[in-house]
Amino acid sequence: MSAPGLIASAWLIARKDLAIEFRTRSAFLSALVLSLLAIVIFYFAWDPTAVGAGDLAPGVLWVTFTFSGLLGLHRSFGVEAQDGAMDALLIAPVPRQAIFVGKALANLAFVLGVQGVALPAMVLFYDVGVGAAWPALIGVMVLAAIGLVAVGTLFAGLTANTRLAELLLPVLALPFFVPIVMPAAQATAKLLAGRPLAESFAWLRILLAFDLVFAYACMLVFPATLDD
Amino acid sequence: MTDLSPTPSASRRIDPVALLALAVVALAYGRAIWFTPPEATQGFAQKILYVHAPAAWVAFLAFGVTALAGAFWLFLKDQRLDRLAESSAEVGVIFTTAVLVTGPLWGKPVWGTWWTWDARLTLTLFLWFIYVGYLVLRGVIPGREQRARYAAVVGILGALLIPFIHLSVYLFRTLHPLPVVARPEGPAMPAVMVTTFFFAFFAFTLLYVAFVRARMALAVERDALDDAAVGG
Repeated sequence: MSAPGLIASAWLIARKDLAIEFRTRSAFLSALVLSLLAIVIFYFAWDPTAVGAGDLAPGVLWVTFTFSGLLGLHRSFGVEAQDGAMDALLIAPVPRQAIFVGKALANLAFVLGVQGVALPAMVLFYDVGVGAAWPALIGVMVLAAIGLVAVGTLFAGLTANTRLAELLLPVLALPFFVPIVMPAAQATAKLLAGRPLAESFAWLRILLAFDLVFAYACMLVFPATLDD
Repeated sequence: MTDLSPTPSASRRIDPVALLALAVVALAYGRAIWFTPPEATQGFAQKILYVHAPAAWVAFLAFGVTALAGAFWLFLKDQRLDRLAESSAEVGVIFTTAVLVTGPLWGKPVWGTWWTWDARLTLTLFLWFIYVGYLVLRGVIPGREQRARYAAVVGILGALLIPFIHLSVYLFRTLHPLPVVARPEGPAMPAVMVTTFFFAFFAFTLLYVAFVRARMALAVERDALDDAAVGG
């Protein structure tokens, strides 16, 4: 059998990760419940008569996604720790970058899955009128998720081999999430306030540029995080 | 086995660069305190400029050196590059801390607030977070090669991140003064202040070099000690 190319092997690795996750669903369910819990708890952290729920919604949404995303990312390389699975993956005849792309694709599916449930839940709980902004809002979600997952997957791989992995991942990754969470939250706020999409273009440009630069850069440096 | 007999240790010897740096810093502050007039509206509070701005310059210089040394390490695998990256990051965190401490001290009397979520303040704060994370990461990896490799990755990505943080925080309103010295139409500051200002920049850059040299000497000794422990 000849060695598959980058895309084909990345697809195989993503499918493997998703199959493992689908069998147990424990990480997905935990991340999902965490998101819902955060949305509910945040509601009671403010005085609803002083600050409207609709004004809180964008901030709550993005803080929630950031932390539930970290939970899924940590699992991504955690599953390879048992039975020397990572070594098996490393001796497989696939390009090293394919491991990154595959893991990132699986993580993207994971994060989008959580968002896909948590976003409607937030709209419901906070009684936010989204109206015609749904497509734009979903676009912001996807753009933000790509950047989050690119950087997050790299740092998850990096910290997986260290002690204190659970602690180090957020410490390293959160500063990198700033240029994602800030534009995403700002654009979400504008969209939920019924402002036209054009007002969010400056924010969306930052998101898009971040995705392109970091998806590529993380893929390039990923092999340096692997230990032979 | 490595010889550990009592030869004069590298870090105990006094570095002439350090002496020079201290002398120039003393001269720069002598000049700033006694020979440069106080600013008209801010009074003596403005003197903190001569610490704040040079420290900020050194902080950015230090992190630039860390990123470059890390990037070159990935190709050359030279241990000295990793020691340079490590030392520069540590010195950079110290200078960033100095920026973050002197900033509020200056901001309170002049702006009327200790802290504001202005573009450059926020950027500096995140710079500090990124490189503290970098140092924490270095601290938890025992293997020298692995530590250098991981640190290089974080150093490079950290440098890439800075323009993005800058862009996103810049879209917020800013209180921070626009460039006063480095602007196309020439400095908007009296010549006597500009001279002191550049004097302070030079002094801080020398201080940076001296600190990094001392820190690198320490790293050499630590590595020698590790080798001796493994070998013996």
